[in-house]
Amino acid sequence: MNEFPGAPSGPRTGPRLRVLAAMSGGVDSAVAAARAVEAGHEVTGVHLALSANPQSFRTGARGCCTIEDSRDARRAADVIGIPFYVWDLAERFRQDVVEDFIAEYRAGRTPNPCLRCNEKIKFAALLDKALALGFDAVCTGHYATVVTAADGHRQLHRATDLAKDQSYVLGVLDERQLAHALFPLGDTRTTKEEIRAEAERRGLAVAKKPDSHDICFIADGDTQGFLSGHLGSAEGDILDEDGRKVGSHQGAHGFTIGQRKGLRIGHPAPDGKPRYVLDISPVNNTVTVGPAEALDITALTAIRPRWCGAAPEGPGDYTAQLRAHGAETPVSAEMDGDTLRVRFTEPVRGVAPGQAIVLYDGTRVVGSATIAATERAVTTLAPVTSAGG
Amino acid sequence: MPYFDHAATTPMLPEAVAAMTAQLAVTGNASALHAAGRRARRAVEEGRETLAAALGARPSEVVFTSGGTEADNLAVKGLYWARRDADPRRVRVLASPVEHHAVLDVVQWLADHEGARVEWLPVDAVGRVHPDALREAIERDPADMALVTVMWANNEIGTVFPVAELAAVAREYGIPMHADAVQAVGQLEVDFAASGLAALSLSGHKIGGPYGIGALLLGREWTPVPVLHGGGQEREVRSGTLDVPAVVGFATAARLAVAGRADYARVIGGLRDELIAAVRAEVPDAVLGGDPDPAGRLPGNAHFAFPGCEGDSLLLLLDAQGIECSTGSACTAGVAQPSHVLLATGADPELARGTLRFSLGHTTTRADVEAVAKAIGPAVARARTAGLS
Repeated sequence: MNEFPGAPSGPRTGPRLRVLAAMSGGVDSAVAAARAVEAGHEVTGVHLALSANPQSFRTGARGCCTIEDSRDARRAADVIGIPFYVWDLAERFRQDVVEDFIAEYRAGRTPNPCLRCNEKIKFAALLDKALALGFDAVCTGHYATVVTAADGHRQLHRATDLAKDQSYVLGVLDERQLAHALFPLGDTRTTKEEIRAEAERRGLAVAKKPDSHDICFIADGDTQGFLSGHLGSAEGDILDEDGRKVGSHQGAHGFTIGQRKGLRIGHPAPDGKPRYVLDISPVNNTVTVGPAEALDITALTAIRPRWCGAAPEGPGDYTAQLRAHGAETPVSAEMDGDTLRVRFTEPVRGVAPGQAIVLYDGTRVVGSATIAATERAVTTLAPVTSAGG
Repeated sequence: MPYFDHAATTPMLPEAVAAMTAQLAVTGNASALHAAGRRARRAVEEGRETLAAALGARPSEVVFTSGGTEADNLAVKGLYWARRDADPRRVRVLASPVEHHAVLDVVQWLADHEGARVEWLPVDAVGRVHPDALREAIERDPADMALVTVMWANNEIGTVFPVAELAAVAREYGIPMHADAVQAVGQLEVDFAASGLAALSLSGHKIGGPYGIGALLLGREWTPVPVLHGGGQEREVRSGTLDVPAVVGFATAARLAVAGRADYARVIGGLRDELIAAVRAEVPDAVLGGDPDPAGRLPGNAHFAFPGCEGDSLLLLLDAQGIECSTGSACTAGVAQPSHVLLATGADPELARGTLRFSLGHTTTRADVEAVAKAIGPAVARARTAGLS
């Protein structure tokens, strides 16, 4: 099981570490910090200020939700009895996560900003600063486990409780990052209710705080409004598979491959079946729709691979996860230069360039890559690529 | 534990604790006519007389408030409204740009909501306003002047202002001047009558008294429009039932702080000079903030900028060793931002991010100073590795 020094439950078995606990103000990260303290580590809490409002007269003013979260995190840290700081990583977050998010949509892709944040902010900007200041590890409330294998290498595994597993959004961490990661919630089989009960027992007021689901930097949850604000809106055509115009839209970035709702196509398809977004072309500002079966893909290529350990050599059989909380599907995969080539045993539906594919070997996370192009089972269309944009 | 944040709050003097606690169990509303009320009133008025005597004011010039912030609000808003009511042309407010937020934000609020025309007075490299600059600003149009507000001593960099000279200029034109003396009382000789000020703010917990009480010394010829309306207590300028135990604790602390001021300034000023010398020896490129001449700065203030360091990082590293200090004003410490005080003095914004304020007080010992001397070098070296994020 988890051989990380100071396994989260029970007495500490390894050295006392200096741990920086990232505290969002939510219940998971608060309980994670408390468990790290209980495991005997020297823990300091830090809340990341990720959005800045430079126009504000008062320095440091931010959106009300963020300030409230920051206060909740501070209150939790006070109850746990650890020092607490707010670190302003807003500029790094804007550059590495928000700008990337907008650029990806501009290019017709569908990014996952949470992976990006883990790769670039929590386990890069934050971790680097923590290490420089003399900390040994960064602790978060993610549900995943880090295991030291027999050969001494760090491995990332799914959480013990698969229903809670968040290893997908951590699939971007390399071995060095994993060596300094502590996930105290990962290896206990606890339901969210039990985590809340544990928070209650520990006197943490965040016990009853609702979970956050939406993209954290889009406070009102209106992703389309956010994108329109940054990318503008320009009317374009909705085409069918044969290139005939069947409707119009207010900006290609408003669509995701596999989307069915909100197409507002006036008349039904000839076969009467629902139509889905098959392709987005930002260059022409067109959206192509078609039947569900046209969404099936049998293979894909992905770029920017990140390996949670050694890169795999030669072809191999794995399972793949294509979105957070998505199902696993068997694949064969191999590297071809800098590109990961993946072939699905059974066709999968609704895969968009920009999404991350995470490969697993059993419960172990092998690595991840960003989907660049997919290969359709039904080849009435040109392959979907992310080249446009 | 070396506590170097006396400018944020300083431990209560034991005599003040004793005097205050003796009052806590006694009933009496100082506005009531019966025996309990008379007893309470006597305690309040004795406190008022004690405070007035300590600060060169008449008892009738002491208006108790809930603290320094309220005193500042009452003086600046109240005098502005009263002056404008008397003559609608009087909308110009002259203020130093290095004021505490309790003045700075009030002045800005008057500009945003009450039609005030604010002019920020020029300051020199140590943050000081010169009487000639004030005269020049007033001379532009004396008839439209509402009030002048310039602090007695700066809370961040410790610079002492020539308050009496400034007040003399304002008086020549019949313009009321207010000074925030929250940091000055107990550290510098403060004589309200000799100062020529119209109004002066002070706070209980900065001088060894309780939290939640302060006072506005208010010249008898001035009647500000109240901020708090109600029962008409305190010259009908500040309504609200008086906090008898707090008044007694506050007056006791003021009496002792003023009586012991000369010894305090000598002893604490000496320790402060040792601290400055030690920090400069350990970190030769540390930049001393404020006036290098000890006569021009608060005896308890040492302020530094450490090039290439984030103030928050230094705070964290020193806190981990039990050394408690601040990056500057506690009110801006939530999210690291360059201090408005340093920026107003023309400091490099990059340099302004790496500041620490050590504020000494009546409990500071040589061992405390030695602890800083030992810790500061390694802390700065480490914080430099972490850099500016």
